Amino acid sequence: MILVYSFALKPVSSLIAKLIATQTSTMNSINIDMATPANFAMPAAIASTLRTSAEVKKLSDIAIGEQCVVRQLVASTGMPEWMTQLEDIGFIAGEPVTLMARGAFGGDPLVVRIGLSTFALRKAEAACVLVDTVVVTSGDVPVNDSQNKVAA
Amino acid sequence: MKQVKPAVIHFHASGPLVALVGNPNCGKTALFNLLTDSKQKVANYAGVTVERKEGRFHTAAGKTLRVLDLPGTYSLHPRSPDERVTHDVLYGNAIGEKRPDYVVCVVDATNLRRGLRLVIAVQRLGIPCMVALNMTDMAEQRGLSIDEQALARELGIPVVRTVGIKQGGDAALKTMLDDIQTLNSDAHLSDSDPAVQSHTDLDHERVRQILSKLGLDAIVPHNASDKIDRVVLHPVLGPILLAIILFLVFQAVFAWATVPMDLIKEGTEWLGASVSNLLPEGWVQSLIVNGIIAGAGGVIVFLPQILILFFFILVLEESGYLPRAAFLLDRLMGGVGLSGRSFIPLLSSFACAIPGIMAARTIANPRDRMVTIMIAPLMTCSARLPVYALLIGAFIPQRDVWGIFELQGLVLFALYGAGIIGALAVAWVLKRFTAQSQIRTLMMELPSYHLPTVRNVLLGLKQRVVIFMSRVGGIILLLTIALWFLASYPGAPAGATGMPIEYSFAGYIGKALAVVFEPIGFNWQISIALVPGMAAREVAVSSLGTVYALAAAGSDTAEALAPLIAQQWSIATALSLLAWYVFAPQCLSTIATVKRETGGWKMPMIMLGYLFALAYLASFITYRIALACGLG
Repeated sequence: MILVYSFALKPVSSLIAKLIATQTSTMNSINIDMATPANFAMPAAIASTLRTSAEVKKLSDIAIGEQCVVRQLVASTGMPEWMTQLEDIGFIAGEPVTLMARGAFGGDPLVVRIGLSTFALRKAEAACVLVDTVVVTSGDVPVNDSQNKVAA
Repeated sequence: MKQVKPAVIHFHASGPLVALVGNPNCGKTALFNLLTDSKQKVANYAGVTVERKEGRFHTAAGKTLRVLDLPGTYSLHPRSPDERVTHDVLYGNAIGEKRPDYVVCVVDATNLRRGLRLVIAVQRLGIPCMVALNMTDMAEQRGLSIDEQALARELGIPVVRTVGIKQGGDAALKTMLDDIQTLNSDAHLSDSDPAVQSHTDLDHERVRQILSKLGLDAIVPHNASDKIDRVVLHPVLGPILLAIILFLVFQAVFAWATVPMDLIKEGTEWLGASVSNLLPEGWVQSLIVNGIIAGAGGVIVFLPQILILFFFILVLEESGYLPRAAFLLDRLMGGVGLSGRSFIPLLSSFACAIPGIMAARTIANPRDRMVTIMIAPLMTCSARLPVYALLIGAFIPQRDVWGIFELQGLVLFALYGAGIIGALAVAWVLKRFTAQSQIRTLMMELPSYHLPTVRNVLLGLKQRVVIFMSRVGGIILLLTIALWFLASYPGAPAGATGMPIEYSFAGYIGKALAVVFEPIGFNWQISIALVPGMAAREVAVSSLGTVYALAAAGSDTAEALAPLIAQQWSIATALSLLAWYVFAPQCLSTIATVKRETGGWKMPMIMLGYLFALAYLASFITYRIALACGLG
């Protein structure tokens, strides 16, 4: 895992320690795909604490059924207005989000549950939403909530 | 002398104006239907084709309120023409619209957080407002109990519970509307700060606080809807289910409409014959029988198909399936620069382009809507079938192809295919020219499923029929009468040898057109028949009968005509005419509808021009190839 990190983030090695320590992530790690299988195996029923994992993904890249929360929105180069529009329909930092289905032809568009609503989004639209995977633990690690909010 | 009042007063009857504002799919229109019953006026907002619904409501105390059902919106940052209307009306900027005196914010109780953001934004506008907490029945089913008193305290405005889909579900709202003058605006919230972004963040925080105070910040999943979606949105099962549903709708439109359509046709003929007997022969009789009765019959004959089609569209829309169908087809339609929402209007056009073009209102993107309207006439409508049947019956031999197919059937199939391919090609070309750099927004909500209510479906159907009959029907009738005039005047001179139609204006136009149509193989008889055939495509069959001096009436015309044209026309001419009918805008009703729906003559004129050009080109190529193959 360290190898992957250093490959992707060679110049920011000081950051790595911080990352691992806090288990929250920064913008720089978007491209790192290091999902730990243990996260998925944990059934939601025994969850006593929810917190976010060390990775930030695009909403367009998450697996169907994966529990995530919105971290922040990024502007699309062609369509800057999408940011406000996504916010209007409920994509706000901290809101729970899951991918429900992908389109039959080429996996586009996507069906996304945001908060209590369900929306069909194009892949390009979903790529403007950065999400944190929700990690379910047995409750011994404190939630680093404030840090998430500041970052978002 | 009294001061002259502004013109807007003229359009708006007395009584305070109450606007209903809410998110899409919050049950706002159902609540509006419940409040105003059938006392509704449906029109368009000035300058845009966004539907404007206003109704009247009489309170128990005898007060009369005007209720305006504003288009659903997620926020006060407009992103579609519909949302722009809501924005403009609430800000008092809409042309010809009075700024509402009161606002009722309709909030979906199962999705408070999104609804409340809009409530807070509306509160800031300074219009006295209240909240109708709608769909409380569904919220209770999901185990959500909302303390509306506590919510009212938090928001600082009255909150009432409503169930828009249940008779009497608006009782609390009606009581509240009786005391509407007690609503006041929060002056301190008035919008003086143009920094919208800061509001947005503050609003989110405030909504979050309210929800956590009320103990409503947990996410309750909607299991029933999710279970259905596992099938409906499945990558394999979903499209199969969609195909089955579309097939059944299609089948119903054609099968169920046949009987009432035949009855209307027979009724029209019977009425025409009876009136002919009553009135003395002359221009009055001809005008009433051939102009007005035949014209009105030609309009009403579309009604069964429109009713059946819109019934299915409304049921699919109310149940929540329609946006899911659009989702399933989005990628497919994206190939030619359209979105999934264009599919239903195009499908409708196979029955008749008129309801198809009317259904294009559901497309939010103005460019997509325009392109959909432009290619809708290329879908093979049912009015082409009599013409196809005549020509195929007369010219295409009945013989088996490869043992399993029948040649006549194959030709018919090819004609449908040619229309679809033509439409896709036109959309693709338009994409190259008008949407090259455009990335289109989807962001389409898939609402929870619910059973459509009979009342809302019937009300929706009634409104479609009124729109069709009053606005489109009027123009169609006028054009039909104009065509009757062209085909009847001037009468044949004394000692004329040909049929009277040859000496009419239509005859002269037809003979002039024959010069134009000569390169594509049409003789002057066909050219003349094309002129009255502008009223509706199938009229061309009876017009040909008239030109060829056939006495047989109604459905017998085609039978008598087939052997005659088989003998007189070459196969090349027949194929050319078939190609012509695939593309040509031989239907003034469609043009009238396009004029109505696009709000001007520009689009219908462009449509006429490009479709005629396409038809001429297709016929020319067909005729020349057929000649080269020795079919002349």
